[in-house]
Amino acid sequence: MKKLRPVSRRDALKLAAAGAALPLVHMRTAHAAGSLKVALWDHWVPAANPAMQKLIAEWGAKNKVDVSIDLLQSGTANAKLLLAEAAESLAGTGHDIMTFQAWGVQQYHQHLEPIDDVMGGLIKQYGAVDPTSAYLGKVDGHWMGLPTSVGSQYKPSCARISYFSKAGYDVRQWYPNAPGNAKTATDWTYDTLLKMAPGAKQAGLPFGLGLGLTTDSVDWTGALLRAYGAVLVDEKGNPQLRSDAVQQVLEYLQKLYEFLPADTVTYDDASNNKALISGQSALIFNPPSAWWVARRDAPKVAEDCWTFPSPSGPAGRFNPYLPFFWGIWSFSPNKTAAKELITWLQQRAQVETLCDVSVGYDIPTFASMHDFKIWAEVKPPLGTVYNYPIRPWHDTQSNVSGFPAPPRIAIQLYNNATFNVMAVKLAKGKQKMKDVLDWAENEINGYINM
Amino acid sequence: MIGGPGFAAGPVEAETEAAGGEESMADGTTGISADTLHGFVPSIRRGGLRRFAQRRSTIAVLMCLPLIALIAGLVVYPFFYSIYLSMLNRDATRFIGLFNYRYLLNSDTFDLVIFQSCFFAITAVFFKALIGFILAHVMHNISGRDQRIWRGLLLIPWVIPPALSTLGFWWMLSGNYSAVNWILGQFGIPQIAWLSNTWTARLWVAAVNVWYGTPFFMIMYLATLKSVPDQLYEAAAIDGATWLQKIRFISLPMLRNIISITVLFSLIVTFANFDIVQILTTGAPADTTHVFATYAFQLGIQGGNISLGAAVSLFIFPILAVFSIFILRGVGRRAREGM
Repeated sequence: MKKLRPVSRRDALKLAAAGAALPLVHMRTAHAAGSLKVALWDHWVPAANPAMQKLIAEWGAKNKVDVSIDLLQSGTANAKLLLAEAAESLAGTGHDIMTFQAWGVQQYHQHLEPIDDVMGGLIKQYGAVDPTSAYLGKVDGHWMGLPTSVGSQYKPSCARISYFSKAGYDVRQWYPNAPGNAKTATDWTYDTLLKMAPGAKQAGLPFGLGLGLTTDSVDWTGALLRAYGAVLVDEKGNPQLRSDAVQQVLEYLQKLYEFLPADTVTYDDASNNKALISGQSALIFNPPSAWWVARRDAPKVAEDCWTFPSPSGPAGRFNPYLPFFWGIWSFSPNKTAAKELITWLQQRAQVETLCDVSVGYDIPTFASMHDFKIWAEVKPPLGTVYNYPIRPWHDTQSNVSGFPAPPRIAIQLYNNATFNVMAVKLAKGKQKMKDVLDWAENEINGYINM
Repeated sequence: MIGGPGFAAGPVEAETEAAGGEESMADGTTGISADTLHGFVPSIRRGGLRRFAQRRSTIAVLMCLPLIALIAGLVVYPFFYSIYLSMLNRDATRFIGLFNYRYLLNSDTFDLVIFQSCFFAITAVFFKALIGFILAHVMHNISGRDQRIWRGLLLIPWVIPPALSTLGFWWMLSGNYSAVNWILGQFGIPQIAWLSNTWTARLWVAAVNVWYGTPFFMIMYLATLKSVPDQLYEAAAIDGATWLQKIRFISLPMLRNIISITVLFSLIVTFANFDIVQILTTGAPADTTHVFATYAFQLGIQGGNISLGAAVSLFIFPILAVFSIFILRGVGRRAREGM
């Protein structure tokens, strides 16, 4: 047996010093790149949050960054995310990465870090970004927020197959669950919708289209305006209220109003979902969340649902789009790590994982990622949400209400639901067109001067 | 003098008591401050600072300091900060004076908000006070255990968080599943879009507030009624007074102060109400049910214009200040008159 060398006093001291330093080395390597605080939207799909947390933990471990996540809800009566955005922007402290819905980047851009480098790299990798995302995410030509797939949603048509079939339209033929759509898809116009509306109402399935003050209502009427080439305020900030196109859309809604649900003017973001799920509506404009809940709570209804692009108008076909963004506060002490994290999360593999767990609810920022398999695989019926993302052959563009007005004016048009109030004053309030336009002009002039 | 065994009496005490005035309570006893202090001070030294520290009012202020700091931090500072915010531009980067207020006063939508806020608060408070008054009298005439049971039952709406009550009403009235409409339908009455017609929506918004707030009025009035001597009612009965005369000439005068105070408090709370409108109608149809708080939320938080939102929320302040001055002046006057 080999004789052990006696430990000298010098060796003992070295060993003790090394032992004392070991935890310090460990601490240094565990979170060497510092820490990050991330505020994320609390996803309504139960599996989506844990999947995101797992991805971020994986990134944190790999990059030696200690990441803490707060999930913040956002809804009509629960606006933790909006409140956090407002509070942190004023306080100049809080999270490093903040989630913003639609207009948030434009609202708080003075407090955000430009991320042209991040977006430049991603665009090089994955191609161009949707123009609506660019409109909402860029300020003075600079990217101030990264359009993320998480929470981003289109609000296309979700129809009851059987009712449309009875009315003489085969929606699955219009938009099959395979590349290419039938020539007859051009039949899906706002005129067709108006033509079908009385029958739907009579059948007890009125179209669940709201004229309320919340996002679902504002989003679809924005797409309707755009489809008729109507704008309330143009890109230079000039009111265009008195155009023929605006009046044409108002008159359209006046006619349609008679056949919409009795509570259309107080619709909130849950109303159309409930109308579809309870079997009280043949058509809504919504992401697949309504169908998803129906699959759980009303399977027969879910089996009869098909999602496809919005109707077209004289100026084209536009899907309402509500993108979400990740922004980095300018007061963040760890911007480098924040940029690395959001860039990594936006890679195809991560985006696909998140899309899969959200059952296809999340819409990727880049059209090059609209080929994920999830939308073809989801059922029942098979392919029901195949046409949820905009496909190259859909001849459809995305739209956010208020476009193309300068964002500082468009935000107010959107959040005050100005056009919907006009429509309700005309259709329900029976006010004269002139009075409605006068009212809107006064409001919009206020927004412009604000 | 109040002094425990641990407090040694000394010459200072004699001096202080001799000075009388500030240190003596109305009933002739001395305040705790002098005794407490000189118990810890071995040496005797006259001086302004010492007398200042020995004053009862000084001690009172010192003891209240934590509360004062809390109120200053959570009420006074936010109040002045919101005034400052309301005078900034949309991005909160430039001082624009009263522009936001001028903008609001020129807005037709804000006219609706002012009207609806006043309608909502005044209607709701009136009915809460009226129903609370009636219920308090009914309760007062129920005796013993039965009263406790009824009182407990009637307090339930006040105990349930208003957001939950409002959700319950929303389900009863919503277009999709209205239970109220279902019941009407059983009698062949056509469906009514309760929350989609301006006036029915306004009335329901106020009704939900009445449902929630009435028990508070009832319990306050009931507590006061219990302190009204029964002899007054008995004497009135002997004189042949009707129940209406008893209410008019006994109950109302005896309850006048509590009515004033509850009405004032309730007006303040009701004017600031947010959850009922936000849950029930979100301000629809066409902004006709918005109140100050929901409109401030829409402009400030949802619309990202915090300065304008602050201006909306501050509009309520002068209205309530005027109410408060008049009501509290009346209460003070009656208190001095010994009512």
